[in-house]
Amino acid sequence: MPSHRVPSEADIISTVEFNHTGELLATGDKGGRVVIFQREPESKSAPRSQGEYDVYSTFQSHEPEFDYLKSLEIEEKINKIKWLPQQNAAHSLLSTNDKTIKLWKITERDKRPEGYNLKDEEGKLKDLSTVTSLQVPVLKPMDLMVEVSPRRVFANGHTYHINSISVNSDCETYMSADDLRINLWHLAITDRSFNIVDIKPANMEDLTEVITASEFHPHHCNLFVYSSSKGSLRLCDMRAAALCDKHSKLFEEPEDPSNRSFFSEIISSVSDVKFSHSGRYMLTRDYLTVKVWDLNMEARPIETYQVHEYLRSKLCSLYENDCIFDKFECAWNGSDSVIMTGAYNNFFRMFDRNTKRDVTLEASRESSKPRAVLKPRRVCVGGKRRRDDISVDSLDFTKKILHTAWHPAENIIAIAATNNLYIFQDKVNSEMH
Amino acid sequence: MEGPESAMAVVAGLRTPENVTCVLPRGTMFARGLKRKCWDGDEDVEGAPAAPSYSLQRQSLLDMSLVKLQLCHTLVEPNLCRSVLIANTVRQIQEEMTQDGAWQLPAPPVAGRGPLDHLVSTEILCRAAWEQQGQRPAPDLPSELPGALGAPAPGSAQSCIWEADSSRGHRGSFPKSLDQIFETLESRAPSPVEGLFADAGGPYYDLDAVLTGMVGGKSGPGGGDGLQALAPAGAPPPSASCKRDLGELDHVVEILVET
Repeated sequence: MPSHRVPSEADIISTVEFNHTGELLATGDKGGRVVIFQREPESKSAPRSQGEYDVYSTFQSHEPEFDYLKSLEIEEKINKIKWLPQQNAAHSLLSTNDKTIKLWKITERDKRPEGYNLKDEEGKLKDLSTVTSLQVPVLKPMDLMVEVSPRRVFANGHTYHINSISVNSDCETYMSADDLRINLWHLAITDRSFNIVDIKPANMEDLTEVITASEFHPHHCNLFVYSSSKGSLRLCDMRAAALCDKHSKLFEEPEDPSNRSFFSEIISSVSDVKFSHSGRYMLTRDYLTVKVWDLNMEARPIETYQVHEYLRSKLCSLYENDCIFDKFECAWNGSDSVIMTGAYNNFFRMFDRNTKRDVTLEASRESSKPRAVLKPRRVCVGGKRRRDDISVDSLDFTKKILHTAWHPAENIIAIAATNNLYIFQDKVNSEMH
Repeated sequence: MEGPESAMAVVAGLRTPENVTCVLPRGTMFARGLKRKCWDGDEDVEGAPAAPSYSLQRQSLLDMSLVKLQLCHTLVEPNLCRSVLIANTVRQIQEEMTQDGAWQLPAPPVAGRGPLDHLVSTEILCRAAWEQQGQRPAPDLPSELPGALGAPAPGSAQSCIWEADSSRGHRGSFPKSLDQIFETLESRAPSPVEGLFADAGGPYYDLDAVLTGMVGGKSGPGGGDGLQALAPAGAPPPSASCKRDLGELDHVVEILVET
């Protein structure tokens, strides 16, 4: 960010997403802007200088709106960005706020035609008396220009707030999920969508559960999963019925009676669900843990990792200040061997599924000198305290890492810390591998 | 960090809907070394009193939850997931209190700290309405409660609340009251205009509109009877939407008073 600009709330990053090759990284913010970074190709002359990400394009995706019927504002905050698989020279992405999804096309222009017959270089009409012969315009190189244009606007599909979008592996359709409904869209059709999940009760008085996240299976175009505020996952098959209210599989872990409290349900609410790249597993995030589920086993997750168990005794305070409702995301690495999620105090956590080792790292200016290796952090919960440990009561709960992304193939991660984006790359073997 | 009292003090600062904010702003906790707000954990806090009883903690959680549900005035639609989770928490507490037999008639006003906390909640909710109608806030508060809550007033209005309360059924009506909150998520008796867009879903917090209506002086049957407006009507009368709104407010008050 330019140094003269004071960071405002509009700059808070609300979503981060790599494209399918990892060449591009898109971020959305609370002010409705999208910023796309592009990885510079590694230069052969300086092989140690790993391709770094530079700003490629910035555009205003959504504007604030006012719903006059309800007398309510519709925030322009970008909730999610999803890239479409690249099918030609252009890149396309979907961006959504609470109510409206937009399809953006990003093209490059590095040539322009010169030598028109009727216009001069500035575009003004020529005096025809000066035209003595005909010429064919030729393409001449120009400075690279990145052009972004809105191709589709998918509006009026959602009564409630959109929390997820997911592109189908068929590359023709995508789904959008709000608190109570999931719709299926065709990328080329904006005036119609099909409702495929509806959990709105006939009587809103009976509402006790909402949809929190949703995603298509990476390979099977008929399968998708959605998570709920009660901690359950439902895998649905679109071939089974037009309205997928009956799940094919229900994934739920029985409650641990020894840990029961008035906050049990709230902390079991799933804030994010992600299929593994292999399509065999799902990763979920709830308030205190990340869990890996095998699609073949509905009874319980196959792995559970504690993100910040030391907060369990603080739940009442976290409920009081609303932090207990924070929605953290989670991510797989390219080989599905490591999972990552954010926490408080600008910490984020990584868990190696093979070695069962985990690490806590911090996204902050001090720890992000170029080429510096990130130092593992530790939160101490009383007892022996080492130097550089942070005590639980010193954690800054306003510094939360909700959005993280992992490059699809390499060890490059993007971490959104409020209004700052950190990109960490791993050139040498880190302790994770 | 502040205790529950100052959460109420924040609430007490409400005058008109324009300058209210969410009751418990984010990021307001865990400054270094400051004492905890809730009775979390067993961490060493010097000079801390003994942990309050479970039922008092539970009651405080219930009060906090109700405040969270009702007093979030924002221009943007409130987060439905958050509201549902809080409402479920309230239901859980109520169920447990019913099983414990802790769900009883409120004690007479001379009782100790517990009931007075609830009085506070009630007073806050009703205060906005009364002030607009030129009446003094009602309850006769003891001096130990923060002065921000307003000067003591004659006890007559206070007893009016209790009277109003005792004339109604209790336990059975609580879940219904909570449901009333969710009823506001969709207008039950839509106006002709709203009927056209029935599928779009009504405003989430008609309750806010209710309070707005109250302070705007639109309180239905006779502008000056703020207290009467809060009197029980049993089921909300099917007539004018103003009365229906008052019935909803009535139920909200009922929740607080009953606890």
